[in-house]
Amino acid sequence: MAAQNLQSVPAELTPEEDAAGQAHFDRIIAEDSRIEPRYWMPAAYRRTLLRQVSQHAHSEIIGMQPEANWISRAPSLKRKAILMAKVQDEAGHGLYLYSAAETLGQSRDKMMDDLIAGKARYSSIFNYPALTWADMGAIGWLVDGAAICNQVPLCRASYGPYGRAMVRVCKEESFHQRQGFEILLELSNGTPAQKQMAQDAVNRWYAPALMMFGPPDDDSPNSKQSMAWNIKRFSNDELRSRFVGMMVEQVRVLGLTLPDDQIRFNEDTRKWEHGPLDWHEFQEVLAGRGPCNAQRLERRRAAHDDGAWVREAAAAYAAKQSAKQQKEYAA
Amino acid sequence: MSEANASATRITPGNALRPEDIALEVRTGLVKPSEDVAEYALRLGDDALILAQRLGHWISRAPELEEDIALGNIALDQLGHARSFLTYAGAGMLNEDGTAKSEDDLAYFRREHEFRSVQLFEQPNGDFAETIARQFVVSYYQYELYRRLTESTDATLAAIAAKAVKEVDYHRDHSTQWVLRLAGGTEESRTRMIHGLRTMWPYVNELFQDDELTQRLAEAGAAVAPSSLKEDFDRLVAGVLTEAELEVPDVPAAPGGGRQGRHSEHLGYILAEMQVLAREHPGASW
Repeated sequence: MAAQNLQSVPAELTPEEDAAGQAHFDRIIAEDSRIEPRYWMPAAYRRTLLRQVSQHAHSEIIGMQPEANWISRAPSLKRKAILMAKVQDEAGHGLYLYSAAETLGQSRDKMMDDLIAGKARYSSIFNYPALTWADMGAIGWLVDGAAICNQVPLCRASYGPYGRAMVRVCKEESFHQRQGFEILLELSNGTPAQKQMAQDAVNRWYAPALMMFGPPDDDSPNSKQSMAWNIKRFSNDELRSRFVGMMVEQVRVLGLTLPDDQIRFNEDTRKWEHGPLDWHEFQEVLAGRGPCNAQRLERRRAAHDDGAWVREAAAAYAAKQSAKQQKEYAA
Repeated sequence: MSEANASATRITPGNALRPEDIALEVRTGLVKPSEDVAEYALRLGDDALILAQRLGHWISRAPELEEDIALGNIALDQLGHARSFLTYAGAGMLNEDGTAKSEDDLAYFRREHEFRSVQLFEQPNGDFAETIARQFVVSYYQYELYRRLTESTDATLAAIAAKAVKEVDYHRDHSTQWVLRLAGGTEESRTRMIHGLRTMWPYVNELFQDDELTQRLAEAGAAVAPSSLKEDFDRLVAGVLTEAELEVPDVPAAPGGGRQGRHSEHLGYILAEMQVLAREHPGASW
């Protein structure tokens, strides 16, 4: 169904047209303006964006799972309502982002197939388990917080549909982060058991959240090109450092601690520094060997497979209705 | 609105009423339901709460992303109605320390036989067609109920219903469209739709049973007699089923008893999951 809205991918162009297209593209990038779906763009730019935007969409969809895991057990009706709305927002983000990715010439169905087949990646943070209610707070505060740091600059990404989708996504994400913070604050001010639950969740999510910014700059081969194309605006380490600085402030208000005794502000570089991260673990999770990789994919696959007959029925019904209308129109 | 007309209460039928508004009015003593009205609000609140709990399970498991969103929306609407009804019901029920029961006291700290929901709402999600069949029946029932309840002599019930009826109208549209699609889609979807309707239909009868409480309240103009909804429900539902070339299922009615706290085996599991965390930390605030 989703494939019907596809923008057509430009037909073969002559070398002269390619050269003119490249010149136009270069000018737009130099002016820091936006590339739109019908403009000529280098194949590598298209591929990079398609990979990034679809991975981002997949992350939203897989990211629904750890939180959906707590909807049924939310400890108050107000928290249940907020959590439901949040997970629903994530489905909405997935939808905008799949739509943005479709403008690059790939159908949502194909992207979904790749995800289910294990060929596509998504943010490895969602391969960690959400073990307690406090994880709803830590995910909102740390994971959504890191996502915002990453995504606010993406609102200015050179590809128009992606940048515009991110504007809307970021507004909702900042709301999500605040609700995560509020959950932790309530727990921290609650009973000793609640406070311990909050600290434990922060301890478990801190390092994975820091790794969400990607490998250190000297080990991030694609970053340079993405920055030249105005897709990426700041380096991984730069964003990570900025995030650590924000969290250091906020964790005090929460009355909790970050599980890292090496955090410090470097007066010379004017940057926040943190303790070493386990990049081996990061690579392991990325390679599919994290605590929940198999479970997350299996759940997505099951939902997709169980719903196949529904999608087929909807398509068959739509085809019948349209044939009926055409017949009535002809008569 | 002039000062003279301004009510001390936010509870008016046109107002976008939130559960927090009702809670505030309960705390400040502006509203207090009679014992009968509290029991009636508890029934409607329990129906909506149990359904929200069921529907919430679909989020991240639906056949399409659009349905994750749609079913999530319906769940959220039901949860909103539940919170309002339960907050109001709780205003007429006291804790041991003399304070009014909160929505959470009622949702998390009652036992199975103290729930007053009818059995349709606790029926398992099954496949998508069963969920749609349940939603189809519920939406038409709730629409007719809330539409009439906007005329209630009890201002709070009327205000909750006025907000709910607008939302349930969309639920009606959503489930109707799916009944038509599934019935008219493929052979498989049609078979499943028929099965879904047959699975849910034994629980339809219980929706329309009057008892002493509803009779008393209906006579006073505060509530709607369930039996008075049946004619419109039957006519409207039959209209959709006819368009879908389906028949009203001919299946025996289940004995019911939810309003007296007699439930199917399913409710215990729903509550076990819903209440587990709150009960681990009694008295905690979240």
